[in-house]
Amino acid sequence: MLLALTAVPAWAAIDIYQFDSDAQQDRFHRLTEELRCPKCQNQSIADSDAEISQDMRERVARMIREGHSDEEIVTFFVDRYGDFVSYRPPFNPRTAILWVGPLTLLLLGGVGIVVLVRRASREAEEDEQ
Amino acid sequence: MSKGTNPWVFLPLAAFVALAVLLASGLGRNPEELPSALAGKPVPEFSRPSLLNDRTLTEELLTGRWQLLNVWGTWCPTCYIEHPYLLELARDGVPIIGLDYKDEDAKARDYLAEYGNPFREVIVDADGQLGLDLGVYGAPETFLINPRGEIVLRHVGELNQRVWDEKFAPVLQQAGEAPGVTP
Repeated sequence: MLLALTAVPAWAAIDIYQFDSDAQQDRFHRLTEELRCPKCQNQSIADSDAEISQDMRERVARMIREGHSDEEIVTFFVDRYGDFVSYRPPFNPRTAILWVGPLTLLLLGGVGIVVLVRRASREAEEDEQ
Repeated sequence: MSKGTNPWVFLPLAAFVALAVLLASGLGRNPEELPSALAGKPVPEFSRPSLLNDRTLTEELLTGRWQLLNVWGTWCPTCYIEHPYLLELARDGVPIIGLDYKDEDAKARDYLAEYGNPFREVIVDADGQLGLDLGVYGAPETFLINPRGEIVLRHVGELNQRVWDEKFAPVLQQAGEAPGVTP
């Protein structure tokens, strides 16, 4: 019990970045969750132990301390690694199908159902007459 | 229904086939190959020591002629495989600048002494921050840089004869540059 209380949390050993404020700390956590490790496909740079992720975390921390905005930091990485690096891909011609595709399919399906139901009920009425 | 087959009946099938074709076309692609985001942009500014001498190297090193920038490290297994081809290119007169990425200087010098040096200069990037500026996420990577110091092409992975013929040679030919001949 005592041991559990005194043990250093595991994450503290990974890497420690000093920030001037809690707000900066929060931004660091949010940004590193939002940026994707280019080497490991399905991990954010906060989760990944890859060398490139360590370097990217270091750069994010530095840019926050230097006073860059969140947008500037994300743009810096997107300029270098492409939209791939962001877990919130922007809306542009290359990503449009991702954003619009599911909604379009849903609408098409909905319209299809409405058309079918209406026709069926009309035919049922005709049969009654 | 006696009015013949309604053509709309085939819509779901058509939609399914279209989606299947779209998704199947994605299967053959290598998900590790990221688009070359920096293509067309100038090489970022830098000031780094040389591995080979006492000079301090800057982005000016990468201007004035067509040349390759090859990112390597002694920790990178594919770099050993690629190395003989780099030596061959260098022998043919293709200027290659090395970027020793996240490596130890002593090991890197030993490597070049043992396997031969294809590089005209080698930029030391021990902490990997210049690599980050270039969008490097592994090694080897090879950039083709034009005389204005702009990145024209980027290849991730091993550079070999096939990649050279398919990707690099056409660009150089279009630029009126016979591969290997420096202006």
